[in-house]
Amino acid sequence: MSEASLPFDAKAEAQTRRKATLNTISRILRYTVVRLVVLFLTVVVAVYLTILIANMGGYVDQIQRGQIQEAVSMMLATNPAFKMLSPAEKQAQMDAQIAIQERRLGLDKPFAVRSVLYLKNALTLELGRALQMASDSGSKQVKNIILERLPATLVLFGTADVFLFILAVLIALSLSRKYGSFWDKIFIALAPTSAAPGWFYGIFLILIFAALLHWLPFGGMVSAPPPESKLLYALSLLEHMILPVTAITLSLLFLSTFTWRTFFLIYSSEDYVDMAKAKGLTSRSIERSYILRPTLPTIITSFALLVISMWTGAPIFETVFLWPGLGRALFMAVGLYDTPVIVGSTVIFAYLLVITVFLLDIAYALVDPRVKIGGGESRPQ
Amino acid sequence: MKLKNTFKELLRYPSAIVGLAIIAFLLLLSVYAVVSIPYKQAVILWRGGEGIWYHNPKNAGPAWTNVFRREKLPESFHMSTLDGTAPKTVIPGEKMDNTLITYTFDYQADSYPSDIAIYFTTVYTTKQPFVAMYWIMPDGTKIDLGSTALDTKETYYIAQDAKLQKKLADLAPEKGLFVADPKAGLTAPEKGTYSLILSGYTFDKGSTIDAEMVLYGQVSGIAGTDHLRRDLTVALLWGTPVALAFGLMAALGTTVLTMVIAAFGVWYGGWVDGLIQRITEVNMVLPFLPILIMVGTFYSRSLPVILGTTILLSIFGAGIKTYRAVFMQVRESPYIEAARAYGAGSLRIIFSYLVPRIIPLIIPQLVTLIPTYVFLEAALAILGLGDPTLPTWGKVIYDAQSNGALYKGLYYWVMEPAFFLMLVGLAFALLGFSLDRIFNPRLRGM
Repeated sequence: MSEASLPFDAKAEAQTRRKATLNTISRILRYTVVRLVVLFLTVVVAVYLTILIANMGGYVDQIQRGQIQEAVSMMLATNPAFKMLSPAEKQAQMDAQIAIQERRLGLDKPFAVRSVLYLKNALTLELGRALQMASDSGSKQVKNIILERLPATLVLFGTADVFLFILAVLIALSLSRKYGSFWDKIFIALAPTSAAPGWFYGIFLILIFAALLHWLPFGGMVSAPPPESKLLYALSLLEHMILPVTAITLSLLFLSTFTWRTFFLIYSSEDYVDMAKAKGLTSRSIERSYILRPTLPTIITSFALLVISMWTGAPIFETVFLWPGLGRALFMAVGLYDTPVIVGSTVIFAYLLVITVFLLDIAYALVDPRVKIGGGESRPQ
Repeated sequence: MKLKNTFKELLRYPSAIVGLAIIAFLLLLSVYAVVSIPYKQAVILWRGGEGIWYHNPKNAGPAWTNVFRREKLPESFHMSTLDGTAPKTVIPGEKMDNTLITYTFDYQADSYPSDIAIYFTTVYTTKQPFVAMYWIMPDGTKIDLGSTALDTKETYYIAQDAKLQKKLADLAPEKGLFVADPKAGLTAPEKGTYSLILSGYTFDKGSTIDAEMVLYGQVSGIAGTDHLRRDLTVALLWGTPVALAFGLMAALGTTVLTMVIAAFGVWYGGWVDGLIQRITEVNMVLPFLPILIMVGTFYSRSLPVILGTTILLSIFGAGIKTYRAVFMQVRESPYIEAARAYGAGSLRIIFSYLVPRIIPLIIPQLVTLIPTYVFLEAALAILGLGDPTLPTWGKVIYDAQSNGALYKGLYYWVMEPAFFLMLVGLAFALLGFSLDRIFNPRLRGM
């Protein structure tokens, strides 16, 4: 009887498993779509707010007017038909053209209408032309300037994030295993050092390793002139990344390991962990399936907050390390009073934050089977 | 009574004692700064211009570093005929009067000064006064420094005198004048009594010559000076109250408002709660620092404006979710039901029953938030968006960074403000951690 039912059982099991996988996929897909829509609405509101703040002094209007003026005068200057005209006639022609263009772009409309136009421009990355700055390729389009800087920022913070996450989880796990040990106490004692942000540690690291010891470069992304071969370029990039990544790690490692270790400790005192121990499972599999698994959602939430604060701090961090990324572009734009670049970078930062939140949402949905659409409580925030 | 107990318990944690001690020190320093250098004077001392700082050397380290140096660096000093610290004798003549000014000083440092300057002030009606200058070495050697006609205000910098440099075997004059034999190259400076003699001639009736000699050393004051000869002590002292006030106000404003808003959301529920949740979600993706930078660039860099924007942008932060969760539990408590039964209004319940319940939870958070805002203010200053008038720590770091202090080896310039920032961060973090353990006993075992 039992033998006869065995193949049937195995089949049923395979079927349920497949069904479960399908369920998971469809659950995550639906979740992803809903989150995408919600986050898109969020970013629309966020960008709109950014524009409202920027335009409180009429700066976005100015950017638009400047652009029209430049386009019109360029058009007139290159048109041979206008060369014969007297200066007064030229001016009249120019004014007329500008008026037409302003009407075309909606600058004569009330602000409520205009702001919607600006919102559309910002969302589609039509960010206007820079006043002073130019991209390395010579373009004055804010879009090009920003997109050129973006990889540098992504490389630096992406590396630092991944490095920090893996290191902190590993250390937190091993500390929770040796709860109350010497190293455990050291990490608890060092947790308050995370009150200082990464750039602050950066100054000290530059002082020690660049100014005093001359081991590592003061800042920048690659040595000048940039090496020709790809391998040397990568090595130079790595060398320049050591200090910034260390600074970020130093500023966040101790607090993260302290908090996460506490999560691990809370979860390892659950009854089912004792049960697993009683069953005689290896400590490695207990750690992986009974402690790490249920803690991951909480850890991802706390990590999400870290990553968001890190993004926001990019302008000051990149300025200290002279890292040619988005944050430093923003800093330079402040120095040059280049309003289009300032507004543009702020918009891009809003996008970056939303993308980060979205990616972490997906990761969250993958590790937490309880996440359902509309399950507002368990979203990482 | 409860507060007293908390305080007693706090003293059981060594980290809290260290934190409290540092905070007390910083508070005393702030009071001292505000009392000894009133606001107006601080602004003048920091933004007054060359006229106020001309006694200080440029980029000089703190004087106390000499204690750790084998070769002592010279300190600055100045002597003037205007305040009587230098003797002046006038010998009347027939056509002209001869004014003799002598600066005699003892030089014992193991290194050279960074410059020597003579600031002349003269009075004349028709014919410019004239002066000849001599330098006398400890062994009595006399070096002619040349002569010049003087206007009402005239400054002579020895380091910039190219003729003198030629005379001193091409050694920089501020060094060559302290070497026994310039032709033998740059040897250690001679120690002993030097004199600088000015022999001036005035031709009009009532015409006078006064002069001040400033010897610029390589170290200066408790904190050293920056590229504009400003004494960093002013900025370090005044940075303390500014940083503490900004940190405290921002942390307090943010936490209290967040708490009240979370309480309102939970109590009224429905669309109010929903709205607060949505605002929080939007606020999470608003880039905080870039928006602050935008506000600082477009509108105003003054500290109150930045403080207000900071608070506005931080109210709907991650804290709202945490407080909301706690309030949700508290709302179901029987004592809230009792309050409703006796007819308490919504506002009364929120402010007298809901909010006080989570105060223990927010105190540690508030304390740990303070350094975050102190560092934020410094970060803004380093980005060049500091308050335009006040001297702050962040601005010192900004000046140091933009003048390449670390490349040039002027470490004190960065280290001093950084040290104070570190003190603030450490003190509040230590205190906050101890408070967390007292108010959240669950953490105590871990």
